[in-house]
Amino acid sequence: MSQDFRLNNIGMVNRNKKISFIFNGKKYFGYEGDTIASALIANGVHLVGRSFKYHRPRGFFGVGVDEPYAILQLERNNERDPNIRATEQEIFEGLEVKSVNCWPSVNFDIGAINNFLKMFFPAGFYYKTFMWPPSFWYKIYEPFIRMAAGFGEASIKHDKERYEHKYEYCDLLITGSGPSGLASAYAAAKNGARVILAEDKPRYGGSLLTSDVNIGNQTGIEWSEKIITELKSMSNVIVKNRSQVFGYYDHNMLVMSERISDHLPKTQKYLPKQRLWYIRAKEVLISSGSIERPLVFGNNDTPGVMLSSAAKEYMKVYGVLVGKKPLIFTNNDSGYETAIEFKKNGVNPLILDTRKEPSSDIITEAKNLGIEIKFSYVVVAAKGYKKVKSADIAKISDNKKDLSNIENIECDCICVSGFWTPSIHLASQSGNKSEFNEKIDAFIPKKSKQKENTIGSANGKFTLEETINEAFDKGYEVSNKITENNNKVSIPTVVEKKSTQHDKFWCVPLPKGKSYKRFLDFQNDVAVTDIELALREGFRSIEHVKRYTTLGMATDQGKTSNLNGLQLVSDIENKVVPQVGHTTFRPPYTPVSIGAIVGREVGKHSKPTRKSPMHEWHEKNKAVFVDAGVWLRPRYYKQGNETLFEASKREAKNVRKNVGVCDVTTLGKIDVKGPDAAEFLNRVYTNAWLKLPVGKARYGVMLREDGIVMDDGTTTRISENHYHMTTTTAQAANVLSHLEYYLQLVWPELNVNVVSTTEQWAGAAIAGPNSRALLMKLFPNTDVSNEGLPFMGYKEADLFGIPSKIYRISFSGELAYEVNVESDYGNFMWEKIIEVGKEFQIQPYGTEALSTLRIEMGHVAGSELDGRTIPHDASLEGLVSKKKDFIGKRSLSRSAFTKPDREKIVGVVPLDKTTSIPEGSYIVKDPKAKLPNPKLGHVSASCWSVEYDNPFSLAIIKDGKNMIGQKLFAMSPLKNKTIPVEIVSSHYVDPEGKRVRG
Amino acid sequence: MLYIFCPHCGLRSQNEFAYGGDATVKRPELNKEISDQDWDNFVYLRKSPRGKHLELWHHISGCRQWIKVERDTSTHEIFKTYKADELTE
Ligand SMILES: [Zn+2]
Repeated sequence: MSQDFRLNNIGMVNRNKKISFIFNGKKYFGYEGDTIASALIANGVHLVGRSFKYHRPRGFFGVGVDEPYAILQLERNNERDPNIRATEQEIFEGLEVKSVNCWPSVNFDIGAINNFLKMFFPAGFYYKTFMWPPSFWYKIYEPFIRMAAGFGEASIKHDKERYEHKYEYCDLLITGSGPSGLASAYAAAKNGARVILAEDKPRYGGSLLTSDVNIGNQTGIEWSEKIITELKSMSNVIVKNRSQVFGYYDHNMLVMSERISDHLPKTQKYLPKQRLWYIRAKEVLISSGSIERPLVFGNNDTPGVMLSSAAKEYMKVYGVLVGKKPLIFTNNDSGYETAIEFKKNGVNPLILDTRKEPSSDIITEAKNLGIEIKFSYVVVAAKGYKKVKSADIAKISDNKKDLSNIENIECDCICVSGFWTPSIHLASQSGNKSEFNEKIDAFIPKKSKQKENTIGSANGKFTLEETINEAFDKGYEVSNKITENNNKVSIPTVVEKKSTQHDKFWCVPLPKGKSYKRFLDFQNDVAVTDIELALREGFRSIEHVKRYTTLGMATDQGKTSNLNGLQLVSDIENKVVPQVGHTTFRPPYTPVSIGAIVGREVGKHSKPTRKSPMHEWHEKNKAVFVDAGVWLRPRYYKQGNETLFEASKREAKNVRKNVGVCDVTTLGKIDVKGPDAAEFLNRVYTNAWLKLPVGKARYGVMLREDGIVMDDGTTTRISENHYHMTTTTAQAANVLSHLEYYLQLVWPELNVNVVSTTEQWAGAAIAGPNSRALLMKLFPNTDVSNEGLPFMGYKEADLFGIPSKIYRISFSGELAYEVNVESDYGNFMWEKIIEVGKEFQIQPYGTEALSTLRIEMGHVAGSELDGRTIPHDASLEGLVSKKKDFIGKRSLSRSAFTKPDREKIVGVVPLDKTTSIPEGSYIVKDPKAKLPNPKLGHVSASCWSVEYDNPFSLAIIKDGKNMIGQKLFAMSPLKNKTIPVEIVSSHYVDPEGKRVRG
Repeated sequence: MLYIFCPHCGLRSQNEFAYGGDATVKRPELNKEISDQDWDNFVYLRKSPRGKHLELWHHISGCRQWIKVERDTSTHEIFKTYKADELTE
């Protein structure tokens, strides 16, 4: 298709670079620098979508972030990007986009039948219709609504694009590079402030790109180019285009999304798609400009009806005509600028001005150019379905109530201007309560809440001279406050055309006997009648009207609709707008992709992956890893075609029979040092610590103040004032914070210091009947006999020249030792153990075998100490001192914790000795009892006992100690299993603990 | 995201800190008789004031010190921060 609507001598796109792209399966051409919108308009395409509710044809309404219609779905590299705005997305070679919310095609949309049924879709339609019966909700209503509603389709595939996060600090953040942004940035930068200037569009300059003005004897564009070039060359300035500051958060933190390669065909592997900037700014200048307001008339959503400023920007920036027979419908002078631009490009516009007899420079200029103008005239209704073909226009009476002289005239676009609405969103997000300004019929920011100031047209300053003067002053003033420098730059003189007062009139009455839809919210299809109905039905608060009618609730957040909605409510209610108030602006100002929010925190990158120093050895020896918090631990070491079950059984059996070695580096380790260390431990743990001799370890349990077990582990007295504490892998960080809390805040008088040493030590647990024989070979110069190194003993020893520490502690219930060396020697230690252990049939074992061993021994772990259990429940009451006080002790005497039938840990064996019991199963008396079946407790951990070769589980059940010997049932509704079981002691293997002491 | 002044490190972003609750709660002394009611109040009951609140923050990704922060819970304004052992006004 040829670019019939492309102008030859105007615009900023690169004519030397033709780009092809595909829209709805058809190939089109545009130029580098075009957006999808400008390229499609150049090709005469105006139908790009269907509306949300009625599926009415949708074209282009704006030229930037305010676009309510042209929401498309982008597809590239087999990935989908839903809900992109055609007015923002630049084209690149190979770009593929398609329409959304239409089926089977944008030209023939079955949902458009809603348009003919529109009497059935009034305000509150969803609330009124889909009410009864409740079961219809998920069966009929919801699928229907879901099918009919919504825009793009999110991809369900992994997003392979790269998104990044960046933290930045500056003196001054300026949001928007229009005249006020440029001037203030320049003034502040010249005064030594560290400035970030953010522009959401690809081109800098804002309104200067399209207005006919002079600054300092240069055109607006020349001036903005000069300022930007100079700012870019300054080391204290960051200038960013395609960057939208979308959120203003607490303590002057703003978030900006930078579209880095959205406009490029993907070629560079590591170039991120988008980058999210967290900017902490000492001061913020909001120069986000203003958005033109629509005028409201019949069928004002027809493709071809668009903002007059957008039509002008399509001509001046993109060299594209939105129509060749334009009708300009305006209530202020802005429409004239667009008309003049059409005229300059050889197209004859017709201006309809709602005002009676206004006069100003620009009106005179339009007249002198021979542009036809009709005063006191309005558009009554647009005609044409998929594109404007003509318009009914009429003369309007002085009181703006009556229409006369209705006639139909031919046109192919209607450019509307209903004056300007300052973009106060960011100021409002910062907490600034806005105020209504009667002069411009819009809200502007009031008193600064955080360190923010709003300047330029965002602050309701609509002349360039005011804007430039204010911006230079503010830029200096704010930077002076921060830098205390006094370098003031001179303010250039400004030449612009003077304009006259706008007309407050904005909504054209319906002619007698006509019921045209007059839309306020173009994305959510909210019409004048919907607001009227909501008010008739008794909704008064603007917040309620908004939710009931969905006015301003679409993805454009009502950028073009809010104020007209408020006007309408106040007109009907006979109030003034400030009394009605406005709804709250919340971040984000424009939609932000989820990928940008997530950044690099995806998959394994959401947290750092921690590996032990022996990790490579495990990998080489076919370890299958499991996530243990942020650590990777070997779950089992695969031999041949072994399954997890087979391998873990082999490994556990070998520990019981010979000897095994397990990497326990991940255990939390904390050094506790100081003269009061013993006293501190005595307060932290439930058992007694004052008399632990040097060179001895002790098992301890610590509680939270509410009596619940927080963690357990062994702590060893290394020397008089030095203890080595171990924690579980999962609780390591929490325990350290817990200890610091008590030392810093509760008992600062204790002279104790704690520090994490988890990373400093590599650990290997050597367990099994052959472990002592192995140790004797590893440490030939150290006495590791039962007398020399008894159970819970500690020794420092020499491992082939490497200083190491031996703790005789056991988790497996076997004779066992833990050897620690400095992390850098971890791999050396491991290889030596494997090498020397060969003759004792050593095998490495993973966490699965580790669990099996501890479960059948009845040792509790995380699945029993699950944040709900007190020491008694885990059969740890023997470790609770009756004499001394400690953290959480007082809670243990609360009535719920002292009940006679309190839960307790037991062992569970299936009667058939073959069926494994799923973890999480309920223990019940009668499997056929009426639901909900009263449960006695739950199965916390299951294994295959290698000692007895049958399944064995641990469970925590009510009155557990009196349940031993009972025949009950384990029920798993999830697995749909009911298993007859017998309750046994939790100490299934070696209940007297002879092995560990042997 | 809040900007919290750590008395040991200076201004730092909230994501370096962990929240620690009401800083005015005093743990009952060890080895002292205490009624169920008083103990429950200490363990479970916290005020949730709108407005000024003296609270604990733990600079976990910084100096690892617990600090006290006087913050307005409705506006997030931070008035003053204190070291753990500093007396609050
Ligand atoms: Zn700190």
